Amino acid sequence: MSRSLIARWREPSVLPGFPLALGLTLAYLGVILVIPLAALVLKPWSIGVAGVWHELTEPRVLAALRLSFGTSALAALVDAPLGLLIAWTLVRYEFPGRRLIDAIVDLPFALPTAVAGIALTALYAPNGPLGALFAKIGIKTAYSPVGIFIALLFIGLPFVVRAIQPVLEEVDREVEEAARTLGASDLQRIVQVVLPAIMPALVSGATLAFARAVGEYGSVIFIAGNMPMKTEIAPLLIVIKLEEYDYAGAAAVGLAMVIISFGSLLAINALQASLARRGRA
Amino acid sequence: MKPIFRLPGIAPLLLLLSLIVLGALIVMPLGVVFQQAFAKGLDAYLTPLREPDALAAIRLTLLVAAIAVPLNAIFGLAAAWAVARFEFRGKTALLALIDLPFSISPVVSGLVWVLLFGAQGIFGELLLDHGIKIIFATTGLVLATIIVTLPFVARELIPLMQDQGSDEEAAALTLGAGGFTTFFKITLPNVKWALLYGVLLCNARAMGEFGAVSVVSGHIRGLTDTLPLHIEVLYNDYDFVGAFAVATLLASLGLFTLVVKTGLEWRFAGELAASRRH
Repeated sequence: MSRSLIARWREPSVLPGFPLALGLTLAYLGVILVIPLAALVLKPWSIGVAGVWHELTEPRVLAALRLSFGTSALAALVDAPLGLLIAWTLVRYEFPGRRLIDAIVDLPFALPTAVAGIALTALYAPNGPLGALFAKIGIKTAYSPVGIFIALLFIGLPFVVRAIQPVLEEVDREVEEAARTLGASDLQRIVQVVLPAIMPALVSGATLAFARAVGEYGSVIFIAGNMPMKTEIAPLLIVIKLEEYDYAGAAAVGLAMVIISFGSLLAINALQASLARRGRA
Repeated sequence: MKPIFRLPGIAPLLLLLSLIVLGALIVMPLGVVFQQAFAKGLDAYLTPLREPDALAAIRLTLLVAAIAVPLNAIFGLAAAWAVARFEFRGKTALLALIDLPFSISPVVSGLVWVLLFGAQGIFGELLLDHGIKIIFATTGLVLATIIVTLPFVARELIPLMQDQGSDEEAAALTLGAGGFTTFFKITLPNVKWALLYGVLLCNARAMGEFGAVSVVSGHIRGLTDTLPLHIEVLYNDYDFVGAFAVATLLASLGLFTLVVKTGLEWRFAGELAASRRH
């Protein structure tokens, strides 16, 4: 009986080791991911539905969630054109040091977030070299939402560049040449031929940047200033609630973050699917 | 590659703009780490690195990575073997589950362990009765690090092994080789560079992880502070030279990772996974 059940569940193969490999994989995922995440899903309700509602509608929590998701969305939206600019320069032009610059793009992936955090703060603090520059034109960078935005810009940029690069390399040159032969101007070709082709990649890169930014902690907390209601991000609020041993409150904020994140990712995926259809048409 | 757009004057402008963005956002922060660390001379730079707390943080960071990275590497190999070599139902869900840690906040990845094993967590009392400490101890740091770095090796290996197919392994088996012999003599050599690549990135993230470990650490100096947490402690004590001095260690690790990673990409592009995004 079990044999036929397994046969229906997986296709036959000459290779051995399936039960061992899958068993290991599932056991590991179960212990490391599924059980802990189940705790996250269950814990908030120990204070009751009304308790969770009260917790999440607290002005400080709402402000933190709004700040985290708002600055992340803004950073992803700004990363998109910046990433496009850099990917374009790297793919379409040949210049000395191109490969070095290409490698540098990955630095935010490689630099630990705490290091990035204190470095960005030193740069963009009022007495830092770039912070002073912005202060002259009346913009306070560090210890304000602008500082959070800058840190998230930093953390998200490589996602956009790396998402666009391969697609930009493969944009059909023949189609572009054809457009040129037909008399399209450079700008027309970029807007009408290249942009639609790379749009899905651009959206998915910006989405990855957004998803990463929402949860980002290390690179943000040093530059943010961490003023409740003003510059306090949601992950920091979780840390603060845990320090007060308010496990249910921390779990409620954590669960809300996960749900809002996945909700926005699903919405963006739907948008992307429609973009991809239009790109093909 | 030749520029296919002949936009007079535009190309240098775009390059300049790219350099400004990369400079202000990426290169200058890296430079500032070293500049601040050496701001008061070599002695001031070396002193914080010789502190017992700093040495303890280095040891702890190495220990945590030495446990978390091999476990995730073994998991990655097992997952890749199951996913890339067999067809079964629920594979898509399994792949989504493996990728999950990348889309949740590191702080949440730490939080879940506190909810399980913290003083008021689900198993809190049980652990207390038996005198076992997980949160505010090395075990908690390891667990938090494992969850954050779980996907790195698996997601390098899976696409590559799917591309490679199983013909070579099937041939070895037909010729009478055993399962483990086939794995160690055929599979492992075929994926060695991708494995190294995944381990490299996994290790960089494990040693640099901040959010997840900061939740479970409790910040006991000399005991549960890893290098990134030690940076935070020094920084919050206004010991900026010390914080940046310790930060140079992690920044160097990041640079080293970047150099090796780029080298691997140039040299073994074909032997690494085709599609990559982290």
